[in-house]
Amino acid sequence: MGSTITIRRGYDIKLKGEPEKVIAELNYPDIVACVPADYREVKPKLKISPGDTVQAGQCLFTDKLRPELRFTSPVSGEIAEIVLAEKRRIREIRILADKNNIHYVEFPKNDLATLSRQDLIHRLLESGCWNYIRQRPYSLIANPEAAPKALFISCFDSSPLSPDLEFIISQEKENFETGLKALVQLANGNVHLGLPQKGNGIPSYCPDHLIPEKNIHYFKGPHPSGNVGVHIHHIAPLQKDEIVWYVHPQDVIIIGRLFSEGRYRADRVVALTGSSLTKPQYIRVLTGQPIMNILADNLAEGDHRIIQGNVLHGAQTLQEDYLSFYTNHITVIPEGKEPAFLGWLLPGLKKLSLSRSYLSWLMPKRKYTLDTNKHGEERAFVMTGQYDKVLPMNIYPVFLLKAILAKDIEKMEALGIYEVAEEDFALCEFVCTSKIEVQKIIGEGLELMRAEE
Amino acid sequence: MKPLLRLVDKFKPHFAKGAKYGKFHPAFEALETFLFTPGDTTANGVHVRDAMDLKRTMMTVIIAILPTLFFGIWNVGYQHYLAYSMEMSHMDYILFGLQKVLPIVIVSYAVGLGVEFVFAVAKGHSISEGYLVTGLLIPLILPVTIPLWMVAISAIFCTLLGKEIFGGTGMNFMNPALLARVFLFFAFPAFMSGDIWTDLSPEVGHAIVDAYSGATNLVTFDTDYTQLQTAADMFWGFEQGSIGETSVFACLIGALILIVSGVGSWQIILSVFIGAGLTGLFFNSVAPADIPTHAMHTPFYFHWLMGGFAFGAVYMATDPVSAAHTESGKWIYGLLIGALIVVLRIFNPAYPEAVMLIILLLNVFAPLIDHMVVQRHIQKRLRRAQQ
Repeated sequence: MGSTITIRRGYDIKLKGEPEKVIAELNYPDIVACVPADYREVKPKLKISPGDTVQAGQCLFTDKLRPELRFTSPVSGEIAEIVLAEKRRIREIRILADKNNIHYVEFPKNDLATLSRQDLIHRLLESGCWNYIRQRPYSLIANPEAAPKALFISCFDSSPLSPDLEFIISQEKENFETGLKALVQLANGNVHLGLPQKGNGIPSYCPDHLIPEKNIHYFKGPHPSGNVGVHIHHIAPLQKDEIVWYVHPQDVIIIGRLFSEGRYRADRVVALTGSSLTKPQYIRVLTGQPIMNILADNLAEGDHRIIQGNVLHGAQTLQEDYLSFYTNHITVIPEGKEPAFLGWLLPGLKKLSLSRSYLSWLMPKRKYTLDTNKHGEERAFVMTGQYDKVLPMNIYPVFLLKAILAKDIEKMEALGIYEVAEEDFALCEFVCTSKIEVQKIIGEGLELMRAEE
Repeated sequence: MKPLLRLVDKFKPHFAKGAKYGKFHPAFEALETFLFTPGDTTANGVHVRDAMDLKRTMMTVIIAILPTLFFGIWNVGYQHYLAYSMEMSHMDYILFGLQKVLPIVIVSYAVGLGVEFVFAVAKGHSISEGYLVTGLLIPLILPVTIPLWMVAISAIFCTLLGKEIFGGTGMNFMNPALLARVFLFFAFPAFMSGDIWTDLSPEVGHAIVDAYSGATNLVTFDTDYTQLQTAADMFWGFEQGSIGETSVFACLIGALILIVSGVGSWQIILSVFIGAGLTGLFFNSVAPADIPTHAMHTPFYFHWLMGGFAFGAVYMATDPVSAAHTESGKWIYGLLIGALIVVLRIFNPAYPEAVMLIILLLNVFAPLIDHMVVQRHIQKRLRRAQQ
């Protein structure tokens, strides 16, 4: 049994709308779209044109800056349309999908043990599966030439209404194991697994024969204990010029399929959660499937916000959008556009706050239906010590934010900008009394560092 | 509340930016958001927000201050009738107190908020809630006999020079309420020391009793500490002093509210008390044995009870903007405040207002304390990197 790391600072937002552990199957949609904006810092260069027929796993576009990266089709069919946005930026590539019989680009299978590291990288790049491997700092698609310090996989999600990854992994244990084997090979054995501490030893899905005991870490405590950034911080903190890679467990499964079946099969299990859904559950869908199609008649009446991801870090999305490349979780919550009369004065039994100035703190087990209301206006920074309570890292959050606002690169470096990503500061933003957009500032800081490189 | 909301919505377009009264948008907005927490939704980043905002924070602080205000009102009446040796009911104490204290509170709020409104309209930024607390703190740290026009200029001084020139709430580096007081203290010393602590408005047919002395415990303490009032009197607050500062008990209720709600920093409150206690003990051990009435002999807990110590520790030192911002910084800041208050009290009888001066002094040093804490943190990180 590996080491246990206890996270004390953090908070679990308890929301209504947890998914039932049932996986609904969905028919393949008419249209599947590939959206280049899903990938950070990628400038697409098209490899197909409208009217072409493509196979699943065939390259749709490459990156102008990093031509080795290939972005492949999740489905076979005909290129229906290339939708452009302003300045002729490519917004989406719509594919008229084959409904019944998907044609795959066939890659060799079951040859993992014989592959050299270079062959392995090449296979991953060719199939588009490489794009599942991302790096910290900056949360970009990994650079195949780089030598990462380690590769991290967080096998649990601690965010609000998070999908149960153990449940999802257990659907395809073999593929998970194969994927993990490939990654161990890729990272020269230096793969770290972050597992939830549940007190009953190693979870059944954890192939402990692949990972040495010292690389298995158990995390105990509230969100963000499942964030891969927190795992990296506690296990192998990033210094200047160091890189680590990370992969989401569900993407490990897809990588596993590539080596066991020889195909890029991009269907995944997505958790549909949130108080605005009539039936929160899991659903098997294809990357690029229309959101409208996924939610269908599951939406309750009223004005809602659909989020790809969780309520803290996810991206707001419309019914007309498509399931993004990295989405494993969809949350739907009510919009909160109603002004509240004397909102600052009332006892607030149904309001959630980490401070104990609302009476709801007397009911710690209560689950909430939170809407998107900001509950106040943006102000200058006044309260202190709030962020520290929810950031389980050896970092002074406010001072880091101030260094970013002052564009003081050296200070940012000294205060640990390399170790953070926006999502790690999401709870800070949630608790902020002054309603400051913390994640946006962190994003700006990271961009600034990136520009300096 | 729909009709009210409709009314607000009806007037809203007239105050929109660019409309006829667009200039007064901040003032309208302040009023509107006072009635209704706006229906703004999250746009970037998190999709849900904690229900706490700055208005609620300030409201919680005000609730925490109320016990001292209520006791202060009662005590103003009580001290007044005590000086005339008149047996009156509690109701009479309260009525007399209200009559004297309310005008000060009203002037403080009206003038201070007026300055904030003018600034907001001139600069086009929204009105922050900081003054809601400052406006109540100012009356509580003034003697009841203060002329109202002095309250007004002190409110203007602290809002203008203490806060707005730095950019408003959150940007100031000194506690605004204490600045108001320190301004009066140095500008009008005659009204801030001496026999001013009890309202001695004449009572027909009564004369001030011979035993009456206008000196507060802080003055007594420097000449002969054994002549102090009893610890119980000082704890409950049956003594002369600024309107709200006398009752340690009321301050402790406030401290409880601040700490439980998470709005005030318990680290600061506790460390100020610890700092004063330890320093008091230290002076006890080195006190000159041949002068038994020397202030150094004062039992350490008397420092907690005398003057504005508790009030300062609970409501003034904890101001999150002007205090230290880091966790360990808060401890250093609090301990130093506590310790220096006792040092100044004992060794500088000319300034019985040690609490006010020391908190302001440490306000100035707080950024330096934070800087040192952060530098240490950075060095630790570097050391870890080199390993």
